[in-house]
Amino acid sequence: MAGRVVPMVEIENLGKRYGAGQPVLGGIHLSVAKGEFVTLIGPSGCGKSTVLKLISGLTPATSGSIRVDGMAPKDAREIISYIFQDATLLPWRTVEQNVGLGLELEGVARRTREQKTAALLDLVGLGHVAKSYPRQLSGGMKMRVSIARALATNPRLLLMDEPFAALDEMSRDRLNEEILRLQAEQKWTAVFVTHSVSEAIFLSTRIIVLAPNPGRVHAEVAVDLPVPRTAALRDAPEFDALAVKVSHALRAALAPEGAPVAAP
Amino acid sequence: MKPNAKRRLVNFANAAAVFVVLLALWQSVLWIFRVPQYMLPSPWAVARAFVDRFTTILIALEITGEESAGGLVASILIGLLVALIFAQSRWVRRMLYPYTLLLQTVPIIAIAPLILMWVGAGTASVGVIAFIISLAPVIFNTTQGLISVDENLVHLFLMHNASPSQILFKLRLPHAVPSLFVGMRIASGLAVIGAVTGELYAGSSRVGVGGLGYSILYASTQLQTDYLFALVLATTVLGFAFFFLVMFLEWYFLHNWHESVRMPDADADS
Repeated sequence: MAGRVVPMVEIENLGKRYGAGQPVLGGIHLSVAKGEFVTLIGPSGCGKSTVLKLISGLTPATSGSIRVDGMAPKDAREIISYIFQDATLLPWRTVEQNVGLGLELEGVARRTREQKTAALLDLVGLGHVAKSYPRQLSGGMKMRVSIARALATNPRLLLMDEPFAALDEMSRDRLNEEILRLQAEQKWTAVFVTHSVSEAIFLSTRIIVLAPNPGRVHAEVAVDLPVPRTAALRDAPEFDALAVKVSHALRAALAPEGAPVAAP
Repeated sequence: MKPNAKRRLVNFANAAAVFVVLLALWQSVLWIFRVPQYMLPSPWAVARAFVDRFTTILIALEITGEESAGGLVASILIGLLVALIFAQSRWVRRMLYPYTLLLQTVPIIAIAPLILMWVGAGTASVGVIAFIISLAPVIFNTTQGLISVDENLVHLFLMHNASPSQILFKLRLPHAVPSLFVGMRIASGLAVIGAVTGELYAGSSRVGVGGLGYSILYASTQLQTDYLFALVLATTVLGFAFFFLVMFLEWYFLHNWHESVRMPDADADS
């Protein structure tokens, strides 16, 4: 198709069920353009995390199709990095060895690896703990190591599965700001999963509200807040207006079908 | 004095006090019930036997030590190998686990004569017995460690297109090291027990010279109960030595990162 820009993620009529159980996802359509920051939000059981697993090819789709930059998910792993809810660091490796893990697995030479690792640790402000072990770090620091590790392989698509859910609000806000700064510098595309409405609004260019049983797209909210976004944005009236809108969509997504729901 | 050193001193003093009380009890039982020496020697007689026969005991200690060490090293190597095979698939585990269980349930006393018959009397067969009795805990614990890796860590490796051997050697094996040490700690005690038990059957190539088990048998037939007690003491020392050696190795390899051998947290802040 000449002239058409290939989206970073193209999901068509995606369905997923595990074994013979109830379907987890029922016919999801989603297209994420390059450079977008798309957040999936929804009540538990709506299959948000499953969508990420499918995009990464960690689990096969039951029906429908997924293309990542025009490729099948499994072939696209070189351009994808995944950040999990836990920091998932290897406790027997130092911070710098953890950051270098992806490069090491991909066979990058030690010299290059060490330079890359040092640069990334500086980028996330952890240069001073390069030789420490994960258990010496706080939760927020561990998550920053996890982010540095994900960025080390120069991903063009970052999948994040509630990465800040276990952190206190202050660390979470600060990491949100850092993530946006990193994205502005490195221009990757993000698909982010969260429970938090304010986190979704602060980070995203677009929010997809999912409904449960089976998981499907309930509503889409475009976030046209100015960039670069700063901490002050959280106090702006536009921010609150969007929060009301998203919360409303979430509540509607949870309501049983046919029940009266106030119009958005 | 630092509080830590002080606490250690108090602990030591407590243990020493218990020891003295036990000795006193032992001695008073002898006095009150007028127990003959060949039934229960006095603590003093045991100490004297230990000193008088020190060289003989040392030789016995060395023989049993070598047999146990040989059996232990073999069970660690073979156990690790078996665990690596077990970790490959649930199917293999289901098929072979029952036979591993057999290792643990068959009383070693029952098969010791068989092994002597097959391997031939001597240190080799005693080593084999020590090996058999200490193998199961290494297999079970290491397998558990290998297969209990967090699923997301496996996913992380897969996302970087890791090969199966990379997942095994860079993820599963390091993850299993603490469990391997748990198995080794149990195995170290069992190896000594196995060697001593084996020696009860294996005898010695020379009269009067053999491992601890052989010497214990010899002392009991000669009614040299004080010597027998001294040998039991030496066996305990050997067991402790093995245990602490494994504990030291565990500390050496794990103290940087593992919870079980925690150091004071150095620089955690957010």
